[in-house]
Amino acid sequence: MVHYQARLDATFAALSDVTRRGVLEQLGDSDASITDLAQRFRMTLTGMKKHVSILEQAGLVTTEKVGRVRTCTLGRRRLEEEAAWIERHRELWSARFDALDKLVDHLKRKEKADAQSKRR
Amino acid sequence: MPKAKEGSSAATNRTVVERKSDHELVVTRMFDAPAHIVFEAWSNPELFKLWWVPKSAGMSLVSCDMDVRTGGAYRLVFSHPAFDQPMAFFGTYREVTPNKRIAWTNEESDEGAVTTVTFEEDAGKTRVTFHERYPTEAALDEALAGSAEGLPEQFAQLDELLADRS
Repeated sequence: MVHYQARLDATFAALSDVTRRGVLEQLGDSDASITDLAQRFRMTLTGMKKHVSILEQAGLVTTEKVGRVRTCTLGRRRLEEEAAWIERHRELWSARFDALDKLVDHLKRKEKADAQSKRR
Repeated sequence: MPKAKEGSSAATNRTVVERKSDHELVVTRMFDAPAHIVFEAWSNPELFKLWWVPKSAGMSLVSCDMDVRTGGAYRLVFSHPAFDQPMAFFGTYREVTPNKRIAWTNEESDEGAVTTVTFEEDAGKTRVTFHERYPTEAALDEALAGSAEGLPEQFAQLDELLADRS
């Protein structure tokens, strides 16, 4: 499960910073814009954007831009959605590739049989 | 793990689906056959339509045109009782390297993915890697939201059909 390993690494990296942990705590109470967060943590907008972007990449925060304001939300739900999405896709692709597997097996036998009948 | 019996590889060869990054979806699977056979099943429209379409979900393939060569076009039209009208998927093959690689565009939407499938043969088996790269995270999310709804858990009809043929 390389994917989950990478996701965990990203999560731990995101949580290793005190400001980012503070941001998560803040967002646990209520959604906030990047400007709000920058003011609250006495940082530049650019600095806060970087922190939020790291949290976003780890799936811990989601952001949505409405007009000129980017609002940040705690992203736990998104992780659950992603797991559900992966599961649905796994079902589709398993079914599809199981069918391909059977077809490929059939073609392989056919090729073998054809080669044997030619030899005779 | 118990040793796989011949013909039961579907039970042991696992399909792995991963979201590699915010923009990419990757599906991998081993097939117990040389690459030229898997490539044939993927590039011959008559064979392709036997396994690609989720028939048990009530979808059917109205038409399947595939000109599988670099620069060639494809167009797949699906119908479903829930659709007002048939749904078309189309695009161009950017690269076709026989038995190794097929890459195509998905032009039915402005933010369509670029899809690549590779076939890597090793000791008579083939690893298939299906890779979709979306231009934006939003485009992937959108594709994800709609694409997998109501898809079948298994291709019962296809299984029957293949059982008849073999």
